Amino acid sequence: MNTPHNSPFIDPAFLRGMTRSRAASRRDVFRLAGLTAAGLALSACGVQGQKKAAPKPSEVAGFWSGKQKNGKVVFANWPEYMPEDRGPLKKFQQETGIAFEYLEVIEENASFFGKSEPQLRAGQPLGYDIVVMTNGMQFARMQALGYLVALDHKQLPNFAANAAPKYKNPAYDPNNTYSIPYTSGLTGIAYNTKYVKEPITSIQALFDPKYKGKVGMMADSQEIANFGLFALGIEPEKATKADWEKAAAKLKEQRDGGIVRKYYDQDYIDAVSKGDVWLTMGWSGDVFQRQLAGEPVAFVVPEEGGTIWTDNMMIPKGAANPVDALMLMDFLYRSEVAAELTEYIQYVTPVPAVKDLLTAKAAGLKGEDKKALEAMVESPLVFPSEADYTKLHGYVSPAQPADQEAFQGMFQAVTQG
Amino acid sequence: MRRAKAAVAPYLLALPAWIWFAIFFVVPIAAMASVSLTTGNILEGFQQTLSFSNYADAVGQYHVQLIRSLIYGGTATVIMLLLAYPVAYWIAFKGGRRKSMYLFLLLLPFFVSFVLRTISWGFLLADDGILFGPLKSAGLLPGDFHVLATDVAVIGGLTYNFLPFMVLPIYVALGRVDPRVIEAAYDLYASRWAAFRKVVLPLSLPGVFAGVLMTFVPATADPVNARVLGGTGNTMIGNIIQTEYMTNNDYPTASALSFTLMAVLLVGIFAYARSLGTENVLEAAAR
Repeated sequence: MNTPHNSPFIDPAFLRGMTRSRAASRRDVFRLAGLTAAGLALSACGVQGQKKAAPKPSEVAGFWSGKQKNGKVVFANWPEYMPEDRGPLKKFQQETGIAFEYLEVIEENASFFGKSEPQLRAGQPLGYDIVVMTNGMQFARMQALGYLVALDHKQLPNFAANAAPKYKNPAYDPNNTYSIPYTSGLTGIAYNTKYVKEPITSIQALFDPKYKGKVGMMADSQEIANFGLFALGIEPEKATKADWEKAAAKLKEQRDGGIVRKYYDQDYIDAVSKGDVWLTMGWSGDVFQRQLAGEPVAFVVPEEGGTIWTDNMMIPKGAANPVDALMLMDFLYRSEVAAELTEYIQYVTPVPAVKDLLTAKAAGLKGEDKKALEAMVESPLVFPSEADYTKLHGYVSPAQPADQEAFQGMFQAVTQG
Repeated sequence: MRRAKAAVAPYLLALPAWIWFAIFFVVPIAAMASVSLTTGNILEGFQQTLSFSNYADAVGQYHVQLIRSLIYGGTATVIMLLLAYPVAYWIAFKGGRRKSMYLFLLLLPFFVSFVLRTISWGFLLADDGILFGPLKSAGLLPGDFHVLATDVAVIGGLTYNFLPFMVLPIYVALGRVDPRVIEAAYDLYASRWAAFRKVVLPLSLPGVFAGVLMTFVPATADPVNARVLGGTGNTMIGNIIQTEYMTNNDYPTASALSFTLMAVLLVGIFAYARSLGTENVLEAAAR
């Protein structure tokens, strides 16, 4: 969901299924009807639910006891989340002798979960030892369905030592039972300074008829819900069902007024940098990368509030090399490794020591490189100040299935009308 | 003994195909039909309750997008037909020795992935892009003119993406028309128009039918063009099915919508076959 400009946001396999001709002859239809009845009789069992409670410490210890490192780790991540030369992973291999396989296979939480879910339900391994998912509804489903391995924190000393307190024990995963953060980012307003001449500060700009037809919003329910709630002055974490309804009504009014041009996925960043939309909901790292590329885009966390999300590393059930996975996860929490990652990813790092490391590095550089790195270290998009953090809120995360359905229904009625 | 073997041989030869068909078509369809009648949710599981109301609920909730998809698919198909027939006619009768080159040129863009081509249209048609940017600065177009995020963009994208699947079957049908039949029409004092209307057109109808079949069905179900080129209020049923399946993990609703779409398309196609007056048009098209 939160990766910089990756375009194939629709799973090709799904596309093929959707676009294939479904023609059949008349006789086939009758035959199909007969077979369908047979299929009903055969597969009348339905899909079994597997809702799980949080694991007991003894269960966690039991899982990890006797587990050894295997010398191999498979890391499934989002595009542009690791330097091209795979530097940090190579260092890891040199030091530990663990061979890595790094795959950029996650492009969207929903489609990744949608594809993985049947396999995990059937008890088959995904073939990945680490996967990275955002703290949204799909991650919650992974936890609730028992598709994740509870982490052994005794083997994560760097995380314990180096992660900032606000990145520990998050509401979406108490005690970091299943996950530790990979990187965080902010959802705010991205705008094109060629077309928008005033500085944007308030979320109301997204609802301003002055920008009719030139406003982009996000298609994701959790993202857009937060902005509807901010516009009404409601904190997402404290919002009630009645508040969701009010937010959905506010967003529908914005849509019906012709203010919204489109509900975007990752493609918003191209739309705003080309000028198809002038201002839009956006993700901090995307905008920062475009700024460095010299494009006329700016990013602001609105004074009413912005969203902070976190992409998290986790071990899926059935992973073949869990110990190696833990070792790699912990390795990425070394300050100097985290600094190398942050310099490339340009989102928010959970390791505060990175700021000093990069400042020191910038001091040793010259010319353009020095300026670029200094700009990054100074940027509130990469290193938000404490004042910035007070404006940042998590997603609305309904826990009950009925509430999830109601929530999705309300906001999808806006984005998919 | 030998005769018995000869009698069994065709069945044995067809067997792998039938097994393939059974495993990869019949079983998934039957499973999907079964899932479409279940109730529940991803966390608590889905139980088979033969809940036919899933269909009524899904159609009630998404009839707007369903009807919109049929209108988009139908409009695109008509435009494709109007564009494709003259092209196919020209290649078949005037193409001469370069026929295969023209066909190759027609297919050339389709060596690029479907999604990429659609995204490229997004770049070409950008509000201040390489096409509209200069026209706007020259004052030939109003500043707020845009094509992206409109019905026109989505229908245009559908038309572009499926056009060859309309041209090719019509071309094949026209290629099969015996020139002597046309000559005979002229010998019987038919004008060029009458010869076309009474001889060439009827003989090409199986190709038209096949073309419509191969374009209307995928165009109506397509989720890509609406997603990439559309705006608010252009969501098609394919997008809804994708969201229901991937985002909401509401497998029963997604399955029920898929079956509804399939049923609507089948009914439409058989009604169309009837109206063409060609009872065996499917077989004719398959020839």
